[in-house]
Amino acid sequence: MNYSFNSNFPWAPTERIPFNMKNLSVTRDRSTLVAISRVASATNRKVRQNMFKKKYCALATLLLAVIPLQAASKINVMTATEDIAALAREVGGDLVTAEAIAKGYQDPHFVEPKPSFLLKLQKADLLAVVGLQLEIGWLPPLITQSRNPRIQPNQPGYMDMSQYCQILEIPQGQVTRAMGDVHPLGNPHYWLNPDNGRRMAKALADKFGSIQPANAAQFAARYADFDKRLTEAEKGWDAKFAPYKGKKVITYHRSWPNFCERFGLVVADYVEPKPGIPPTPAHTLDLINLMKREGIKLILVEPYFDLRTPNSIASKVDGQVLVLMPSVGGNKEITNYFQLFDYDINALINAFAKLK
Amino acid sequence: MLAPVAAFLLATALPAQDASELLNRMKAMEDRIHALENEVQTLKAQQAPAAALQPQPAPVAPQPVPLPSVDTASLGGAGGAAAKVLNPDISVIGDFIGAVGSHGGRPTPSLEMHESEVGFQEVIDPYARADFFISFGEKGVNLEEGYITFTALPAGLQLKAGKMRAAFGRVNTTHNHVLPWIDRPLVTQNLVGGEDGINDAGLSLSRILPAPKGLFLEGIAQVFRGDSDGVFSAIRRTNVSAVGHLHGYHDISESTNIDFGASYARGHSPFADASNQLYGLDATFHWKPLRRAIYHSFIARSEFIWARTNVDSPGQIRSLAKPFGFYVAGDYQVGRRWMFGARFDRSQRGNCLPTIPETTAPCVNDLDTEARFRNFTLRQDTGGSILLTYLPSEFSLIRTQFRRARYGEGLTANELLFQFQFSMGAHGAHPF
Repeated sequence: MNYSFNSNFPWAPTERIPFNMKNLSVTRDRSTLVAISRVASATNRKVRQNMFKKKYCALATLLLAVIPLQAASKINVMTATEDIAALAREVGGDLVTAEAIAKGYQDPHFVEPKPSFLLKLQKADLLAVVGLQLEIGWLPPLITQSRNPRIQPNQPGYMDMSQYCQILEIPQGQVTRAMGDVHPLGNPHYWLNPDNGRRMAKALADKFGSIQPANAAQFAARYADFDKRLTEAEKGWDAKFAPYKGKKVITYHRSWPNFCERFGLVVADYVEPKPGIPPTPAHTLDLINLMKREGIKLILVEPYFDLRTPNSIASKVDGQVLVLMPSVGGNKEITNYFQLFDYDINALINAFAKLK
Repeated sequence: MLAPVAAFLLATALPAQDASELLNRMKAMEDRIHALENEVQTLKAQQAPAAALQPQPAPVAPQPVPLPSVDTASLGGAGGAAAKVLNPDISVIGDFIGAVGSHGGRPTPSLEMHESEVGFQEVIDPYARADFFISFGEKGVNLEEGYITFTALPAGLQLKAGKMRAAFGRVNTTHNHVLPWIDRPLVTQNLVGGEDGINDAGLSLSRILPAPKGLFLEGIAQVFRGDSDGVFSAIRRTNVSAVGHLHGYHDISESTNIDFGASYARGHSPFADASNQLYGLDATFHWKPLRRAIYHSFIARSEFIWARTNVDSPGQIRSLAKPFGFYVAGDYQVGRRWMFGARFDRSQRGNCLPTIPETTAPCVNDLDTEARFRNFTLRQDTGGSILLTYLPSEFSLIRTQFRRARYGEGLTANELLFQFQFSMGAHGAHPF
């Protein structure tokens, strides 16, 4: 008859101890029985001790495995646009993963609130949005349905980047829809000024630091590095663009006030008669007359607008249509915040050079 | 000065790395304070000479007026208007409908301010938001929806409580102003309660379900009181109705996707002391190229609905009607402002069972109730529509719909419907 010690915990490492009664020459002698019981209890104690050691070892290994995992876990950032995601990668580095909902070549006013975004928002630690009602047509239902309490508006995981930036074109007086699809809180295309980019990066670095205090110094250092590189890059852009300061342009939508103010371009008028209202023949005619009168030759168009009307206007004034990128990811060349300005400034310089 | 002491005290309890990090941060803060102090001193120094340069007023007799206050702090709270920021988002959507031509037994008014939907939407507290949609007709008012949504529940759950459109298929969940048509499909009119549909007071619990990568799955379970005109009728407290919906979604590419669902609803039949059951399948295909999203899009949608409706009359054996209906529709956006659409629908219905809008064609043996149910049969309605929509802006649309329908009684409708829809205020975006 074989007896074996078996744990009550099937998941714990156990040891089978053969205990053959026949080999112990079983008698009715009391001393022998005592001896047997002593041997058995000693064996059991040893086994129990062994088991506990193994259990603690397993627990310790598990803890050791879990702690570094937690420490190394990345901050999962979802952003409304590619620009914010690019800035998050600049200051977050390997410590964050950042993904945007709207693509850089997509009109950020009109994005479909697809359920596939819900899966990403559900797991997000942070949702950073442009704000100023840019995403009002698509983001609120996604946030509500995300079932993620962290990223609900005004919760710690919700960041409205406009709060940290200089905002232009804040309407004064009464605002009505007769003004078109106007943004009553101000123009939301503010990321196109590097000064605002810097402010956004700082805000993101601070937020990441508050989410992962252990890495706050690293985020601050990455921000300092970004700030330095941006300052350097700005010097280059300013030097390159200096000859074109004060040039007048026409833009399709009101996407460029921050960019134009920063780099010294003057927006004379828009292809849209009012924000969000498609071009009308009467306004197009006015625009042609204005361009002829003031010698304006360049029309800037975002990649998501139809080029027919701008091309027709340009042909009438011997001008040029330039598709300028309003966001990171606008084309394959633009993968970070620096490349966005590199691309746009080079494209503008080339266009002005052609028109000379 | 206290910084090193505090840092030492903390350092005793912290690992060396954290302590040195803390010291660095405190040092940085001290530097920042010094810099700010210097800045303040500089500003004060600039202000002093400027004040000295101000022309001195001529000496005048002392006046019993209070001395100019040196308190520069802003006193008092915000103005009364600031309290309004907590008001909900308010919107009004008007829906004006006209119809000409022969109605074929389902009459609608020639001109009608069909609906004025007022929406109130706002976050309630850190845990929930509320949405109210009140529908004003020309004569009456109806609470179309009014519910609280708990957004901060554990385990990925979301709970809604209040009166709401049930998650049965697609059309039933959709408000009038979001529909791509002026009317609702025949299958909705015949089997799912028409314009109001399954719309009742109850609870809705939903959760995103685990699914293979690339697939979105959501499960919705709802319990209602059990009163929806033409679909369910609760004569006892226990006659609650239940609705279940499984919603799936898959991105085929960044421009195309497919959305599909299966629905089930069960409640007390309005025509017998027995149950009424509905089964539904729906699918929607979307195409919208991202670079030209505001100019071109195509949506194809379809719903199939089966009903098992118990009908009886006093002294008669209960009979079970099993009508079926479906619609297939497509909408193509040809430009920023223009959209074409077409729809084909077909639906059976129980002979003499009510439809919404009501069919006025005479029933067989209308006066003999018992015979009416003894000879219970199914009738079939078939219809087709073509539509043209013009959108002056995001906030208004003008639509025309030519509708031809052949109803089960043999009557034919040829109608031209037209619609003006306009919205003002902040109306929250609708889910996909």
